[in-house]
Amino acid sequence: MTLGMLADPLFLVPFLNGLLLAAALPVLGVYARLRGEWLASLGIGQAAAAGVVLGAFAGLPLAASAVAIALVAAGAKTMLGRGNGEDTYAVMLLAGWSVALLLAANTAHGDDLSRALLQGQIYFTGLSHLAGIAGVTVAVAACLPAISRRLLLGRFFPEYFQANGVTNPRHALVFDMLVAMALALAASVVGVMAAFAVVFVPPWIAFPFAHGWRRTVAWAAGLGASAHVVSFALALALDQPYGPVVVAVLLVMSFARVAVRH
Amino acid sequence: MGPGDQRRRILTSSSPLLTVDALVAGYARPVVGPLSFTLARGEIVALTGANGSGKTTVLNAVIGTARIFGGRVACDRSAGVAVLRQFPVHLKEMPILGAEFLSMTGAATGAVPALVRSLLDVRVDRLSGGQYQLLTVWACLGSPAALVMLDEPTNNMDPGTVAAVGDMLIDAAAAGQGVLVISHEAPLLARIASREIAVGR
Repeated sequence: MTLGMLADPLFLVPFLNGLLLAAALPVLGVYARLRGEWLASLGIGQAAAAGVVLGAFAGLPLAASAVAIALVAAGAKTMLGRGNGEDTYAVMLLAGWSVALLLAANTAHGDDLSRALLQGQIYFTGLSHLAGIAGVTVAVAACLPAISRRLLLGRFFPEYFQANGVTNPRHALVFDMLVAMALALAASVVGVMAAFAVVFVPPWIAFPFAHGWRRTVAWAAGLGASAHVVSFALALALDQPYGPVVVAVLLVMSFARVAVRH
Repeated sequence: MGPGDQRRRILTSSSPLLTVDALVAGYARPVVGPLSFTLARGEIVALTGANGSGKTTVLNAVIGTARIFGGRVACDRSAGVAVLRQFPVHLKEMPILGAEFLSMTGAATGAVPALVRSLLDVRVDRLSGGQYQLLTVWACLGSPAALVMLDEPTNNMDPGTVAAVGDMLIDAAAAGQGVLVISHEAPLLARIASREIAVGR
């Protein structure tokens, strides 16, 4: 890939779609990791995948369907809370996977759809995706600073809100909605596993060495964006699907974590 | 300067922050009570008793996480409540600086005790158990909350740090906070407590 190729909207728009997701998802992942909810992001991503297939099955807009199902999954997660630990997230993951594949098996072009959710289809995304992704990115940038303190407070002082008479703190729901929308779009653009990798790996790398919370957030966003730039170029140059390439690049980058910890 | 830096003033309201009246509390069945006491601003009330006597259950009843079988709890939550549990949340990886940790509760970062000041620019997962405990205690005492409840605040601490926590508690009460403390540190309680309430069935 050359910089000149990015002047072509055919490549520029998919590049920007991936770049925005690769910067926004790790920021959400930093909070998800601290809250011990990283598995939930995979569960919500898989639910979003089921939403994509459901949309195809029912003749609905795919991205809107993915976002709707992901929001339902996130709402269920918020309501169920942490009472069942990671079990709820695992059930969400399995249910999403099963529903997605069963619906795909009974949908015209189901195999193509399943492959798209597995590998991603970033090079076929356009301005409509960009509008949605930019909207979610703006929502993350606007909302997360406002709820950050409460998210951290709820993690380290879990009784704080109840002790102060707040029985249903809204910040957790807002966070889950942001995760749901971002993952739904990401799953439909780069595939479920790539979306999960972008949420999970950059924070996983940054956590052991970043000096403070703000730097952890910045490192995670930077690592995610860097992984996207490298992966986009590699996938184009080597004519490989973007999803598996970005996962591989992130895993290579994760050796930095091993190096830091030793 | 955090919100806690501005709250260092004597608060003169005479109505109790916390009233526990003939409380019988527990979970599936009663664990503690009947028990009665009040806590006003400027007071340090200590709950004492053997392990398993139900001290933490009293605290849970005030928070709302234990079931109240009888009596009543009246808590003025309008001026804020801070709670330190017996086992503070401690994660394997916590990329948060001491100052960032304190800002969560709005705790003072300007006029902080010397022992705490040295922890402000250190990741909290690099602190020793006693240092982390000290930071969590200050996150509560240095916050703007009028009512502070501390369950075994001196866990993992050496004698010097225990003494420093005693000073912090006395200063907090002098500044107008009401403190409910659960502890087995009899010498500490003898030094700081306005009243000691023995808990046990």
